[in-house]
Order: sequence, then C-alpha cells, then structure tokens
Amino acid sequence: MEISAELPQHLVNGLVLGSIYALVALGYTMVYGILELINFAHGEITMMGAMVALAVITALVGEGSTVPGFVIVLVGLGVAVVICMALGFVIERVAYRPLRRAPRLAALITAIGISIIFQAAALLIWSSKPIKFPKILPEAQFELAGATISALQLAIVLLSFLLMAALWVLVQRTRIGRAMRATAQSPELAGLMGINPNYVISITFVLGAALAAVAGVMVAAYDTQADTYMGSLLGLKAFTAAVLGGIGNIAGAMVGGIVLGVVESLGAGYIGGLTGGFLGSHYKDVFAFFVLILVLVFRPTGLLGERVAERA
Amino acid sequence: MTMPAIDRLLQHWQRWQQNRRAIWIVYAALVFVLATAPFLVGMSAGSAWVRILDFILLYVILALGLNIVVGYAGLLDLGYIAFYAVGAYFFGLLASPHFDIHLPFWVLLPLGAVVAAMFGMLLGAPTLKLRGDYLAIVTLGFGEIIRIFLTNLNAPVNITNGPQGLNMIDPIRFGGVSLSQTQSVFGFSTSGAYLYYYLFLALVLVVMFVAIRLQNSRIGRAWVAIREDEVAAEAMGINTRNIKLLAFAMGASFGGIGGGLYASFQGFISPESFTLSESITVLCMVVLGGMGNVAGVILGAVLLVVVPEVLRDAVRPLLGDSVDPNAVRMLLFGVALVAIMIFRPAGLLPSVRRQREFASDNEVLAQEQASLYDARR
Repeated sequence: MEISAELPQHLVNGLVLGSIYALVALGYTMVYGILELINFAHGEITMMGAMVALAVITALVGEGSTVPGFVIVLVGLGVAVVICMALGFVIERVAYRPLRRAPRLAALITAIGISIIFQAAALLIWSSKPIKFPKILPEAQFELAGATISALQLAIVLLSFLLMAALWVLVQRTRIGRAMRATAQSPELAGLMGINPNYVISITFVLGAALAAVAGVMVAAYDTQADTYMGSLLGLKAFTAAVLGGIGNIAGAMVGGIVLGVVESLGAGYIGGLTGGFLGSHYKDVFAFFVLILVLVFRPTGLLGERVAERA
Repeated sequence: MTMPAIDRLLQHWQRWQQNRRAIWIVYAALVFVLATAPFLVGMSAGSAWVRILDFILLYVILALGLNIVVGYAGLLDLGYIAFYAVGAYFFGLLASPHFDIHLPFWVLLPLGAVVAAMFGMLLGAPTLKLRGDYLAIVTLGFGEIIRIFLTNLNAPVNITNGPQGLNMIDPIRFGGVSLSQTQSVFGFSTSGAYLYYYLFLALVLVVMFVAIRLQNSRIGRAWVAIREDEVAAEAMGINTRNIKLLAFAMGASFGGIGGGLYASFQGFISPESFTLSESITVLCMVVLGGMGNVAGVILGAVLLVVVPEVLRDAVRPLLGDSVDPNAVRMLLFGVALVAIMIFRPAGLLPSVRRQREFASDNEVLAQEQASLYDARR
C-alpha cells in the first residue's frame, strides 16, 4: 500500500536523475564508439561545467537583481558550455591524439592523468568548499499522478530530452552525423571516402563536452550546490549507464541513463523496507555498480548493444 | 620519443652486470644501504622520513601485487585497493578493542592474505569474460562497493564502526616485544618506525622473491600468454579461467598482507584510506615504473611515494599558504602521468619482453604510416 503510494514520486525522481545520467553517458558512448577509449576525464568535464557556470552565476547575481533568474542561469550555462567545449577539444588534441597508436592501457592511464589534472586545477581555482547555487529559479510545483514535480525537475527533463533529440537528428540526418557514423564503423574506410577522421573525432569530443557541461549545471541546480569532487562519481554512474545501454550506441546511452536513474531511485526508496532496515538509502551509490556487474555478466553487449556484438 | 639518457644508463648497467666482481660490490653496497637505511635517513632527514621509508616498502608490496594482475596477466584492475582494505579491516577487527578480540599477527597476516584472495576470486569470477576496459570499470565499481559497505556497516549492527574507522589496533609483537614501542638497541633509541622498517623489508624481500619466481614459472608464462593472446593461450592447453582467477587471487593476497601490515603499523584505519585515488596511485606505480618488471615496479613505488613528499616540502615555501599545496601536488602528478605515457608508454624501466613488443610495434607502425590513421589498438 505504502509502496504503491510512493511509486510515482520515485519514478519522477528517477526520471530526472536518469536524464542527467543520459546526457553525460552520451559523451562516453560517442567517444567510445569512435576511438574505443574510455574518456575518464569526462566526469571531470561535467564538474568543470558546473563550477564555471556557478562562478558566472554568483558573479552576476551579486551585481544586480533586475535580470530574471533564468536569464542569469542561461548565461552561466552558455559560458560553461563554451569553456567545456574548449576543454574537450584541447584534451583530445594534447593528450589522446598522440596516443592513438599506443597500447590501450597507455591511453587509459593518460585519461586518468587528465582527470587528476582537472580536479587539481579546480581545487586551485575554487578550493574544496562547495559553492551554493543561488535561489534565483522559480520554485513552482506541479502535481502529476500522485507525484510532485518541481519546475526545475521539469526543466531538467525537458531540456535533456530536447538535447537528446537534437543530437539524434544531428547524428542521423546531417552530413557530419553521417561522417561520425562512418568513422565509428571504420576510420580507414571513412578516410578513403574523403572524411577527415581527426576532424570528426574533435567534433565528437566537443559535442560530448557540451552535453556534459549542461548536465553539470543541471546537477548543480538540482543539488543546490557543486564542489570539485562531484565529477568522479557522476562520471562513473554515467559510464555505467552507457554500458547498460550498450556502449557505442547513442540510443542505448539515453535508455541506459534513464533506466539507471529509475533503478537507483527505486532502490534507494525501497531498500530499507526490503532488508528490514539493515541496509538504508545511503547505499544508493552501490546500485549503479551492482547493475553494472549484472549487465556485464548476463548481457555484456548492453540493452541495445548490437554495436559491440558486431565488434567482438 | 624515448628518453635516451635512461636507456643509455640501462645499457651501462647491462654491461656492468657482465662484470662479476662489480656486481658483488653493488649488491654488498645495496645490502648495507638497505640494512642501515632507517638510521641513515633518520639522522639526515629526521624521523618523519623513517615513516615515509616504511610507506615506500608497504607500497612496494602493493605494487608488486598489482603487477601480477596488471603486468603479468594484463588484467586492468582499478579496484585493487579493495583488497588492501579487506586485509586491513580483517586485521583491525580481529586485533583491536572493537570486538575485544586480540589474535596474534602470525595468525592474522596469513589468514588476511587468504581472505583477500577469496575476495579476489569473488571479483574475478563474474568478470573473467570481460575485455580490458570493461574489466577496469567493473573492478573500479567493486572497489567503491567495498568502500561504501565499510563506511555504512555501522548500523543497525556495528561491524566496521563506519566512517570513524577502527582505533587502537594492536601493534605487531615478537615474543614480548611490541614493534611500536621505543626500544634502545646498542645505545640507539629506535621508535616504532625503525622496527617496522625491518619487518616490512623482510616481507618485501619475500614478496619480491615470489614475484620473480612466479614470473619465470609455468604459471607466469601462462599469464603472459593470456595477456598476449587469450585464444591462442587456450589453444595451447592453458586453462585460462583458472589461471586468470589465480592471478586475481595472488595479486589480492599481496594486497591483503599489505593491508594487515598497514593496520598494525598505523594503529588506526578508516574507509577514507581506501579510496579510488589510492587504487590509481598504486596502478600508476606499476605503469610508470614499467609493467611486468619487478625492478621497474619497485622504482615506480619509490618515486611515487618520495616525489610527492619532496614536493610537499618544496611547494609550500614557493607558493605561500594561499595555495593548496595538495592541489599543486596533484596537478604535477597528473601532468607527469600524461607526459610519461606520451613520451615513454612502456614505463621508466620496461620489462625486456614489453620493450621488445613496443619496439616491434613501432616498426610495424612505421610501415603503416601510409594508412591514414588507426584508432584501434
């Protein structure tokens, strides 16, 4: 009885969380699809996005309050997206490109090194104290089938779906999207067809970073704060989402993100009751990893993962 | 793209090794330095550095353990610190006032190694079929799961004492002598760090011996075969499943011993000591030093313990208190990691076999320059 009453609310929360995971997961999956590289620094790019946006937003809020809140947030978001795109471009150029022919492990270690650099840089710039997200967004709430959904939650879900739809159109319907798909299938053949793989890879990194920046700002707004440590766990969960959906598969990342968000939300909501209070909701971070291990054991190609099967 | 100075040094070293007398002198000097190191260091740099010396040895044990998994068998493990945590908590729970159980170390250390090995198999069993980077992520998740459980298993039944960790863990005792007490030997008064140094050194030698013997054993060759080509290895009659599980178990058992030593040495453990960044530090030791090469891995461990400590002392006066020295340290660490991977991807002291592989790869690649680019390696 109690379970069914809480269910819609858990589903709504899961959907919000899941759409954020999905945005970050897209960055992992696009890069992996083309380079077969786990871009470990992707989570830190999300963190950078959140921190940059918060820095801009707090600066603007301090000056004058005549501007409506969402405009300020949009400006912060814009700056964060641009800076993260630049970061994505630079790390591919400086750190990953020289290692394309190197053994896999070398590239992975480099990616870890980059994420350490980002975290340290953020620590130097912003120190380890969390930055609060100012209360400038409208705080309306709606009732929906027994669940309460705030304006912010609604905005997060709508914006994520909009961005995912835009990405889908970009990949499926445009010239550069076709080039990306071709490069993912075979970089050599794509090169012979007149596609510049380096250009495509740069675009992929930049797009992924832009989505990560948006996701970072969403997390900051949703948690009402951000700190320099937020990136690693978020990145890890998003990667789990990408694997869950089938890594390298763009639709898979979207589905995987949302499924993971819902699983985590339901798990955190019900684990206390199921285990008689032995395990509580502070175990919520464990679910992502259990899901990951279960998926890899029973369906390593992920939910929609025909791409990996094709490779194996 | 290599560092010619190091290679030249290595060549010199190899020529030196031909000379029997020279080699004996070198080994004698090494034994002397190792035997007196804590006193030399303690007198010249202060007793804080004796503790650092102990940590070097501890990390050598860990790095050699991880080297079995990553270097020999080629299985990328990003959650290695979980086994260290298992060993440390096993020791801490059974030799502290927490449950008021005080078992002696010579029971706990071997048992801790066995328990850690069991956890290694627990991790290994479901992940055996996975490819490199999937395995990396699963092991990473496993490490996080262990840490989350250690942090939260304090309610409703208090098992791990949660984020506060375990206190007053028994020091290691030989007969009636506790290693953590100050002793006076031949007029020297030695704090705990000195005595632990010799215990750790003895265990490092044992672990080194095991690692080197394993490398040239049937099992070691099987690991290398699996690393190079799993299908071919299986076709040659290697039971890849068991051999991979064995790699996980062996590596984990080293971690378990290291954890037990750490718990007794520190007297205090908490989940904070077993984070992902610790796993990554140990992995970096293995990779920077040279995967699969015992000497390289030891060099990596020494460098990655000493350099940050030196930097800590060097950075503070340079930048003043306004800058977080820890962040600067991390920044330099990250830059070094990336730079070494770009300029010397096989590590500082690569194993001979790996070096050959990289060299032949480069030759092949030189021929492939015509092809536009190859993303898959």
